[in-house]
Amino acid sequence: MEQFNRRLLTIITEAALERELLAEFDALGVRGYTITDARGRGGRGTRKSSWAHEGNIRVEVVCEPSLAERVAGRLRERYYDDYAMILFMQDVSVLRPDKF
Amino acid sequence: MAAMDPVVLFFMLGIGAGVARSDLRLPGAIYDFVSTVLLLAIGLKGGVELARDTGGMSLTEFAGLIGLGLALPLPVFAVARYVGRLSRADAASLAAHYGSVSVGTFAVVIGYLASRGIDYESRAPVWVVLLEVPAILVGILLARGLSGEVAWRSLARELFLGRSIVLLVGGLAIGWASGPDGTASIQPFFFGLFKGILALFLLEMGLIAASHLPTLRQHGLFIIAFGVGMPLAAAVTGAMLGRLLGLSPGGMAVLATLAASASYIAAPAAIRTAVPEANPALSLTASLAVTFPFNIIVGIPLYERLAAYLHG
Repeated sequence: MEQFNRRLLTIITEAALERELLAEFDALGVRGYTITDARGRGGRGTRKSSWAHEGNIRVEVVCEPSLAERVAGRLRERYYDDYAMILFMQDVSVLRPDKF
Repeated sequence: MAAMDPVVLFFMLGIGAGVARSDLRLPGAIYDFVSTVLLLAIGLKGGVELARDTGGMSLTEFAGLIGLGLALPLPVFAVARYVGRLSRADAASLAAHYGSVSVGTFAVVIGYLASRGIDYESRAPVWVVLLEVPAILVGILLARGLSGEVAWRSLARELFLGRSIVLLVGGLAIGWASGPDGTASIQPFFFGLFKGILALFLLEMGLIAASHLPTLRQHGLFIIAFGVGMPLAAAVTGAMLGRLLGLSPGGMAVLATLAASASYIAAPAAIRTAVPEANPALSLTASLAVTFPFNIIVGIPLYERLAAYLHG
């Protein structure tokens, strides 16, 4: 079975940022994403998802490596200073390259 | 002394369970459901009463309330900035939180007045709607200045279409359109169960307030003194405005409570995106862990007596 390389970009950040983040995705040309509620602990304290107003979200995007770099660069420049946000990337294999 | 209102005891149970690190935890969906029912019930009740009497709101009252919403953040900002020596962004964030209102606190005060048989103006839910937004706008202006970069369009959308305003205004409209007879079939759910739903809401709020107590220590005495002093001063202002507007003693108590209350949903969400450099934990901790409990447990009975006293 033929497989194609793509990049999985995972962002964990404040739920309050969701709408802004999706606007950034649109502007940068991200075509698809998955968002889940998340909770955990980090440099800016503990976040619980029981209260949506201060929970975290985990956003996953599978795309071309160049697009993943652009998204990461934009988020770092715009949000790293003021918001709780981490971001990491992994190489993944997909079966339908036209989808990502 | 009269027995304590059970809903307040539910709040204390939540705080106690949270402090003791009990595994008690209500799912987020329950909080959403319970707060939705409360907002709709408050709106419906106001709408039904408005349909019953035609006594609308005068232009003076409208202007007085908008003026209160615009003015309240200014002394809050000054105290936070020059007494508390906070950064401009943090002081502006506190100004937005304390100038705006808490619907949860409103729900408790109307429950309190109802259980004591004290009447208040049926249009009170409209006051909540009028007082929620102006202070948040003033807070953002205090942080950013007039020329600052703020995405006003998306901010306005977030503020005016926020769920509390949509549900309150929606409830008011439905209650007003259907009237007392039309809403008879849904009254057992929204009105009959109001206190029970409020009890559940306050249980959850107690847990949330307790989860913010540890951050209190990082912010020191100022935030505690601020979280208690500000509502007291604002309550006096609110009660006096109520007197000037010719409200009933119950209405004055409601307005005093609204002025004393601090937002913990609309303001944090708007400030987080419009003034990102403000520390969100500072304002939220003051509002949720100090002012909300203070108003629920001590403030409301006090404001009711203050209103009765000022009314003469």
